Amino acid sequence: MNFPLPSLVTVSASNPWTYVLFAVIGFAFGFTLEMSGFGDSRKLAAQFYFTEMTVLKVMFTAITVAMVLLFGAVGLGILDFSQVWVNPTYLASGILGGLIMGVGFIVGGFCPTTSLASASTGKIDGMLFMFGGFVGAFLFGETEKYFDGWYTNAGYYGRLTLDQVFGIPVGAVVVIVILMALFMFWGGEQLERIFGKKDLSKEPKLRVAGAMTLFAAAVAVLAIGSPSLEDKYNKVEFTRTETIPQLNADPIVNTLTYTADEMLENRLVFITPAEAFKAKYNQAMNPVYLDVRSEADYNLYHIEDAVNVPLEHLTEVVPVLLSEPPANTVIILMSNDETAAISAWKTLVGSSVSNVYILEGGVNNWIAFFGKDDETLQSAPKPGDDQLGYIFPAALGSRYESCDPSPIEYEKLEFEAKIKLQLKRDKSGGGCG
Amino acid sequence: MTVTSSNKKSIFNRPEKPYVHPYFGGIVLGIVLFLAFFLTGNGLGSSGATSRIDAAIVDVVSPSHVDNTPYLLKMAGGDKNPLDDWIVPVFFGALFGGFASGFFNGRLKFMTTKGPNISNRTRWLMAFLGGVIFLYGARMARGCTSGQALSGGATLAAGSWAIMFAIFGGAYATAYFVRKFWL
Repeated sequence: MNFPLPSLVTVSASNPWTYVLFAVIGFAFGFTLEMSGFGDSRKLAAQFYFTEMTVLKVMFTAITVAMVLLFGAVGLGILDFSQVWVNPTYLASGILGGLIMGVGFIVGGFCPTTSLASASTGKIDGMLFMFGGFVGAFLFGETEKYFDGWYTNAGYYGRLTLDQVFGIPVGAVVVIVILMALFMFWGGEQLERIFGKKDLSKEPKLRVAGAMTLFAAAVAVLAIGSPSLEDKYNKVEFTRTETIPQLNADPIVNTLTYTADEMLENRLVFITPAEAFKAKYNQAMNPVYLDVRSEADYNLYHIEDAVNVPLEHLTEVVPVLLSEPPANTVIILMSNDETAAISAWKTLVGSSVSNVYILEGGVNNWIAFFGKDDETLQSAPKPGDDQLGYIFPAALGSRYESCDPSPIEYEKLEFEAKIKLQLKRDKSGGGCG
Repeated sequence: MTVTSSNKKSIFNRPEKPYVHPYFGGIVLGIVLFLAFFLTGNGLGSSGATSRIDAAIVDVVSPSHVDNTPYLLKMAGGDKNPLDDWIVPVFFGALFGGFASGFFNGRLKFMTTKGPNISNRTRWLMAFLGGVIFLYGARMARGCTSGQALSGGATLAAGSWAIMFAIFGGAYATAYFVRKFWL
């Protein structure tokens, strides 16, 4: 079984169970905060006068425990990290917003969720913080238009994790974060001893064992490493339905599950030039024509609106493909024939990009279908595999007539629709934003 | 049921229990956070719900104002229901969860938590102001201590770590100037 569960990834009123689950998660969240003492603003404010470091201890224990479990599960191949929401990085608005939050924290004595735990247990200051929060969020909505450009663009890096920033394996970052947290716990306890006059000898000895367990788990995460692209590719599953018409009865609908290789063998991901062309005029989908040939071939001839990403550079655009385009994006891969497009398909599918298809027969087949009347294009004698099968008088790119077929001339095209739009999470719908 | 003194008396008269050890609380919170990611792919949060509830109220009071405010339009424009989002049940769940923990541990009582040298009224004003400031910053940073620092911290999101340090930096830098509220 693959996690996160696909049925829980899309949250909507049409699937009420997701609401119940999120309410339970929220319940556990509020319960934990209250039992840790976060309903009392004095405990929170004490953090910033070094007398009690409860905020730091709870927060960093939670972050490190969740991080080790998360990347452990990812490393073991149980959890698909590309389906885990990672807050996109907006450096400028993030840092300024963070500084403002810090001021609000020490002035008000709470952060938003702790004020909920406080308000619900009858603390009047917690309630007022919560109501102030509604006013603050409202004010932000009212004033955001004055700095919209800065808010949406300044320091934007998209989905970016620390291992990518430092160019080291994610397991190494996990180990470093744990070491940093343990050092902070030690330092925090020393500060409590000095400023809070706390007797550390009364602290449970078990915490040392806990620290060692955490460190050992981090080392294990580093040792497990990340699952290879091939492992991830082999775990991908597709479902397709087949409808068998019955005489005098309702048709039988079977749901079939295919592995990625079976999808290729059964040619379920190959779409005809006609379907690829018609996708452009289908309101339900947002097709991206991804041309994985060399730049030279692309310059000779390419389909209108096609984006050129040579196969060897494909992995560089995977993070963008995972985070940027809208959920109804359909990626249509093409090479001259099919060889390069198939290996591009394997890379993208293994990286959990959804709705990826291959142009059947590649650009050569496209020309054979839409450009058969174009006399400037001559067939090349015996082209090799995945080579252009035509001779071009000039590198006109997409300025040949067949690059952008007329929607009027080709209004009626027969094809068997292979594209089954699969709507996963709306990428803008996750997170707090 | 023994209640030691009258000011210790909570609603429902349950005896007040001490808070759990911070490291234990952190481990439980970390497991909750991991399970949220593991099952749904989403972390924890709450400030997003605040602005969604705001948007829902504006949508009822003055729908035309939603159409003129880009920020609200994203949540409540057209036939969008601003409350149809995972973070809204988390918000109300957290309210109930806090209440439940307060109930079982005898901590349900009307009171004001404050430093020893300020009046209740000053504390109330400061709590309200702090809420205004915090949520303004939280919406600017696209998440608060839960949605960014906790959830983003655990997934190693680069921007979230920057935000986390900014929060602590902002609070430590201001702490000296507001010390009479707390010390």
